[in-house]
Amino acid sequence: MSVIHSPSAAPSPIVDFADAASCFVIDDLTLDYAGKPALSGLTLRIPRQRVTAFIGPSGCGKSTLLRALNRLHDLNDEAGRQGRIRLEGTDIHGDEVDVAELRRRVGMVFQAPNPFPMSVYDNVAFGLRLQGIKRKRVLDEAVESALASAALWDEVKDRLHGSAWALSGGQQQRLVIARTLAVQPEVLLLDEPASALDPISTLKIEELIRGLKSRLTLVLVTHNMQQAARVSDYTAFLQAGELVEYAATDRLFTNPRLTRTENYITGRMS
Amino acid sequence: MMDTATRLARDMNRGAGRGEGAWPWLAAGGVALSLLMVVALLVLLAGRGLGQFWPASLERVTLDDGRVFAGEPVRQIETCDGHREWLYATANRDLDGQAWRWVEAGRIVSRETPEDLVRLERQRWGPFIGYVRAVQPSANSPLGQPAVESSAWRILQARLVRARALRERLATLRASTLAPLAEELAAAESPRPATLAAFDAAQQQAAKLRDALGGESLVLESADGRRLTVPLESVLDAWRPNAMGPLAKLGLWGQRVWAFLSEGPRAANTDGGVWPAIFGTVLMVILMSLVVTPFGVLAAVYLHEIAYQGRLTRLVRIAVRNLAGVPSIVYGVFGLGVFVYGIGGTLDQWLFSAQLPSPTFGTGGLLWASLTLALLTLPVVIVATEEGLARIPDHQREGALALGATRYETLTRVVLPMALPAMLTGMILAVARAAGEVAPLMLVGVVKLAPRLPLDGDFPFLHLDSKFMHLGYHVFNLGFQSGDIESALPLVYATALLLVTVIVVLNLTAIFLRHHLRARHRVLHR
Repeated sequence: MSVIHSPSAAPSPIVDFADAASCFVIDDLTLDYAGKPALSGLTLRIPRQRVTAFIGPSGCGKSTLLRALNRLHDLNDEAGRQGRIRLEGTDIHGDEVDVAELRRRVGMVFQAPNPFPMSVYDNVAFGLRLQGIKRKRVLDEAVESALASAALWDEVKDRLHGSAWALSGGQQQRLVIARTLAVQPEVLLLDEPASALDPISTLKIEELIRGLKSRLTLVLVTHNMQQAARVSDYTAFLQAGELVEYAATDRLFTNPRLTRTENYITGRMS
Repeated sequence: MMDTATRLARDMNRGAGRGEGAWPWLAAGGVALSLLMVVALLVLLAGRGLGQFWPASLERVTLDDGRVFAGEPVRQIETCDGHREWLYATANRDLDGQAWRWVEAGRIVSRETPEDLVRLERQRWGPFIGYVRAVQPSANSPLGQPAVESSAWRILQARLVRARALRERLATLRASTLAPLAEELAAAESPRPATLAAFDAAQQQAAKLRDALGGESLVLESADGRRLTVPLESVLDAWRPNAMGPLAKLGLWGQRVWAFLSEGPRAANTDGGVWPAIFGTVLMVILMSLVVTPFGVLAAVYLHEIAYQGRLTRLVRIAVRNLAGVPSIVYGVFGLGVFVYGIGGTLDQWLFSAQLPSPTFGTGGLLWASLTLALLTLPVVIVATEEGLARIPDHQREGALALGATRYETLTRVVLPMALPAMLTGMILAVARAAGEVAPLMLVGVVKLAPRLPLDGDFPFLHLDSKFMHLGYHVFNLGFQSGDIESALPLVYATALLLVTVIVVLNLTAIFLRHHLRARHRVLHR
């Protein structure tokens, strides 16, 4: 019996990017948690200054992948990793890499809004103060511009010194985005950023994401396929710890190459 | 109070719905019982403890055999053979050899309350009850019967006011001039002449004040006509309760309560006040908190935030929790062995070898007592802080990390500020536990009577090596180790009430502090 092997016969379901256009290059990445694999042998590239969405059923490993990109995954005592992730050509697990600096470059917004129990101003200034910036003029300007970038300035400019926890959920999430933008990241990771929000707040977050891609690379994990379709340029479909299909969003949703993808996006499987 | 319980029970019923049977009432009964016990405790302590400061009426009692005595009726009991007996506080221990008297009620012929019966508080021999007959120069022979002076009471009162002022000046002179000079002289090998001269001058001044205090004596007469002459300076206070109106009595009561709080003990602790014990208790608890809070917080932070969450950490955590259940006397033994003999003994050999064999730190003292209690309360602080840390959502930590904070920055800027209320809760619990602990203290530095306060104006101001008094131990000492239990018993109640009050005040202070901080991080626990 001979195995028929013709790579050019069917176009690959995985889209590829040139090194120059790639922000993250992920190479044969396997992640596990307490010995249980969460991701296995994943290889993909994330394009610079685009919105890339990860979709897939619960437990498919998409959030774990996201948390690997800024090494939050490493924080867990029982987490394990094989394979490489390169950011702009540098291995993020390299010995000379400063994790704190990596996380400043790769910002992250979480599912539940998590402003600190401080004033709005102090929340946005938090990351800047970590970098040793103390001058009030510099901080004031950075806070205003970050809040403006997150489309929040007009709503909070009169309550900058009120508690951040007094804001609405949608405002809090935009505050968290502003807080992240204030430290000038190159990448913004968004872990289901709108799943805890009402439709209007969700809309505002989505507008924000679209507006931000001219400045930085965005990676979005979402359960909501309409959302992925609305905001992302590329979409990766993960299932059971494996990358199934990765393509331009329009193509993936209108003309999936694989039946597994099609079944998932048309809702024929859980 | 019962209203609260009833309302509580009703609320619980409402919560549980109808037809739930008796259990809400049982639960409410438990709450009511606890409240009732707390109130009963406070009422008992307050009634027995504060009542003794009330200037009660004095009686002149005539018995059927013609004998007469004066005293304060304390209580009545029924003996097993059906007689009723009265207990009188008769004072005058120097005349009678005892200060109490049981009298069969049937033998009492008459009970009067003459207005000129006086109760004197004296520096020695306890109080005196009887009449004031004369104030005379000491040079007069006490044997010659002096005339009864009708103005003696008025003169005595004027003298008492003067004596109080003189005593105050003497005390100030001792504390602020004499004691430091004496210390300087003792420390220097060849004292400077100026210091010597200053010391002599101060001593002369003190002698002059003492002379001004002395020089007169007071002629007293007991109810049965025996005369007694005492030096006037030994009389601290005098009053005629039978001649006083309720307002005057109330004023005197306030004065006596204040004296109890602000003065040192007299007559083997059965008389006078408890100020050194209050001071010792509070100072020890404060030192203990200063030690235990940082250590407990650090330990909790390590266990919860830094340590690998494996089997060993779990084991340590269980061990810490179990440590809270070790009997306190065991900590006392540990403190004695490790702190006092071990560390203290070594310190003495290295730093205070000149004073050996008399120990400096090699004996119980304030420092070792505070450290022992800090050890005792360490688990409480660790557990409370760890619970606080566990309540902080992980996404707060991740939020800080994701902004480029190091683990240390995350800890100091986000986690610890949010855990502050929990740390203070731990401190409150530690204070509550430590302030009431007596058993371990008896091994590591508490004494029945401390010669001086552990905090004073002499360098280094806080004397960590000094022995100190403690309210809890004072209660034990009064109740079980004093010869005159009838005098001591009311003081036991008063001191116990004070101990409860001190603990409540310490707790309220900490709770107030925590509330203040919590206001800044409201809605933490959504």
